[in-house]
Amino acid sequence: MSPTAATVSGALRASPVATGSSVLDPESQELLRALKSSGRAYDDACARLHALLLRAARFEVARRRRGLTGFEADTLATEAADDALLAVLRRLDDFRGLSKFTTWAYKFALYEAAVKVRKHAWRDRELPLETDLLGSLHAGSPGPEEDVEMHERLGQIAEGMNDVLTPHQRRVLVALAVNGVPIDVLAERLSTTRGALYKTLHDARAKLRAHLEETS
Amino acid sequence: MENPKTNELLGRLLGPAAPEVGCDICFEELDRYVDLEAAGQDADAAVPGLRAHFEGCPACREEHESLLALVREDTGAAG
Repeated sequence: MSPTAATVSGALRASPVATGSSVLDPESQELLRALKSSGRAYDDACARLHALLLRAARFEVARRRRGLTGFEADTLATEAADDALLAVLRRLDDFRGLSKFTTWAYKFALYEAAVKVRKHAWRDRELPLETDLLGSLHAGSPGPEEDVEMHERLGQIAEGMNDVLTPHQRRVLVALAVNGVPIDVLAERLSTTRGALYKTLHDARAKLRAHLEETS
Repeated sequence: MENPKTNELLGRLLGPAAPEVGCDICFEELDRYVDLEAAGQDADAAVPGLRAHFEGCPACREEHESLLALVREDTGAAG
């Protein structure tokens, strides 16, 4: 079961925040001050923060809820808000005061909600990690009016994927760029992170662009 | 004639041409970028590399769109 605002507020205490409060809006200053306090003021601040995060999580789930029932949507949003509350309290010292505090906090809730919705949508699906690349390229594109030059370029890319990419780079590129697997879903299945996977994707793309320059 | 689907696929395969940050830096800078955007300031000049990253990373792009929409809803501006 996910933690509620009350249980989280009892388990975690935020350490003092150095934010350069002079640049903060009054609402951010007040909420941050309360999150640095203790007792009732701290519990109240955690409850306020949780309400903000729940609103953001519901906002995100509503935008991405393809196929979710009302119960599933509400459950995912609540779990996202709970996880975001933990993340915000854990990382309070990282807040630099370069944005409104609410904007900073919202991004944790949106991230948690978006990841949960993506994972939920793919929970029972096999990941297409390999594919007949040229077949996919052909199915996805050409008609008699297809630009010949563009089509040749796709052929060079397919060749480059086989010749210059490592098996891991090829698998990641195919899953993310060709088969449309969400990066968070692939990260979970491969036991890695979004950042690490994107680095792999970035390096694979750079190799392909270099290959195109060499062969053009 | 160019096929939009082919162009889209090429874009996904080759990624953005401009220098971009990674997902971790994107997450760190996203709130500042969005507040600048919402205030009508030049977010791309202040946080270079984010716009290109949105082009290359659908997940970060979606989260950027959502945060901007939410902040605009807070301030009563049209999304």
